[in-house]
Amino acid sequence: MIEIHGLSANYGEARVLNDVSLEVHQGEVVTLVGRNGAGKTTMLRSIMGLHRDLSGSISFDGKPIEKWSPNARARAGIGWVPDDRGIYASLTVAENLTLPPVVHKDAWSMEQIHATFPRMRERRSSMGTQLSGGEQQMLAIARVLRMGSRLLLLDEPSEGLAPVIVQRIGEIIREIKAQGVAVLLVEQNVKFASTVADRHYLLSQGRVVEQLSNDDFKAREVELLEHLGM
Amino acid sequence: MSTDLETPLPTKFDVSDFDPRARRARSIRRLLLGTIALVAVLGLPWWVYPPIAVDIAAWALFAISVDLLLGFVGALSFGHAAFWGVSAYSAGLIAQNFGLPFPVAIVGGAIAAMIIAVPIGYLAVRRSGIYFAMVTLAFAQMIWFVANQWKDVTGGENGLQGVPKSFFGIELIETEAFYFYYVVVILIVAGAWLAWRIVNSPFGRVLVAIRDNSARTRALGYDVEKYKLIAFVLSAGIAGVAGGVFAISHGFVSLQELDWTTSGKVVLMTVLGGMGTLWGGPVGAAVIVLLEDRLATSGFDGIGIITGSIFILCVLLFRRGIWGTAKNLIDRARAGYAKRRS
Repeated sequence: MIEIHGLSANYGEARVLNDVSLEVHQGEVVTLVGRNGAGKTTMLRSIMGLHRDLSGSISFDGKPIEKWSPNARARAGIGWVPDDRGIYASLTVAENLTLPPVVHKDAWSMEQIHATFPRMRERRSSMGTQLSGGEQQMLAIARVLRMGSRLLLLDEPSEGLAPVIVQRIGEIIREIKAQGVAVLLVEQNVKFASTVADRHYLLSQGRVVEQLSNDDFKAREVELLEHLGM
Repeated sequence: MSTDLETPLPTKFDVSDFDPRARRARSIRRLLLGTIALVAVLGLPWWVYPPIAVDIAAWALFAISVDLLLGFVGALSFGHAAFWGVSAYSAGLIAQNFGLPFPVAIVGGAIAAMIIAVPIGYLAVRRSGIYFAMVTLAFAQMIWFVANQWKDVTGGENGLQGVPKSFFGIELIETEAFYFYYVVVILIVAGAWLAWRIVNSPFGRVLVAIRDNSARTRALGYDVEKYKLIAFVLSAGIAGVAGGVFAISHGFVSLQELDWTTSGKVVLMTVLGGMGTLWGGPVGAAVIVLLEDRLATSGFDGIGIITGSIFILCVLLFRRGIWGTAKNLIDRARAGYAKRRS
């Protein structure tokens, strides 16, 4: 679905990503695990086209997209769920959901959205900012699914949420995966990552230092936690 | 890549959609506001000197056009005099040279303003904040300079004199400002209605989303520049209608219409009335135009000191402007009433 080769990204003089290669296939959940400042968020922003200072190749559905604008990438089926969730404060939940254009025939219908995210129906007329953190996270995910995004870029969806909500987010990610949507997940929560992902890339100082299957990942959980300093 | 403007209809839900009592209260409120607006629009030339009423109407629509950008796209145009002025000159020239009825000249002026807005907007929307304001100001100054030099067409510093108000030979409308008002107010209301439609359309939701966070909106698949450009051109067209009305009403177009102080004045009206409300602009316009008229007839020439002081007080004390503050107070009173009742 998405293939990245030799991606390097800079902020001025500072190199944040160094020759990173990774791929995510259809219906696969892959995580990027690493410490703060390892370049995880920059990776997602680069895929979305929001970070411009980079070299290397990104291909989506076999097409090179590294020159495309962010809006063209969104319309091709890449959905970004930023770490601040990106809910529009001045729009209601329903308006937030229906704001983006539907870009793919497999886009989730409102019925599907409401079945998976019942809270979105109950709170449809609330303003975006009146939602709890967990609800905002769900709205952000629901919004890109309703667009018809086929690759979700989730930036720390578990951050700052109560364990029971994190569990619910995990269930949702598994549901999304079952629908054939690919997910690239940025996580610091190793426990949570191991409950949802198929594969993991370990990012350190802008490089992929290791690629692990979920079984290996679980087996080395203690060591990884140490690496992440948690 | 598909770049058409198809947008799914964002459905606006309101709690009151499901509560008949709240729905009735809302329709009563709307009826009341509508009645007040109607009385204000129709009664204005009875209360104030009719030519001043026309000025208020023109500035009101001009302020609405600025608010469309400032309040709903989050872009402060400091060069809107360009569109008001270009339309004033174009409408004046059309009326003078072709002897067409003035509504045609005004629409022609608005179209000219939209045409000039395309290249200006194309460059300006790529910038935001203070840079957007500076780019629009720079272009407006260029247009002022061209108008000043191009004496054969614009009359330079003498302005464009003797613009006729022809209206199918109906003398009453052509000579009496009182009746003239009721014709142009149709154009003004149409312009205001267009702005209201834009804001309350799916297109308007995307504009608000861009104002809230443009990077995010881009990542959700919208070509932000294109939306901003369309809003900019529409705003210029609305400003153009206002400028055309002003020119025809005065029968004279001066360089003042293109001056940067005109851009400043309309921003002042918008902020004074309350930005992001659409109806604040007309309130601000009425206050400023009436005040200037009173002060001018009283022979006092420090008008700028008075309007400037009012502006400073307004920014310090009521940040939401006159309309915004009033609306806020009413909302708070209603919330308090609802609480007491339950």
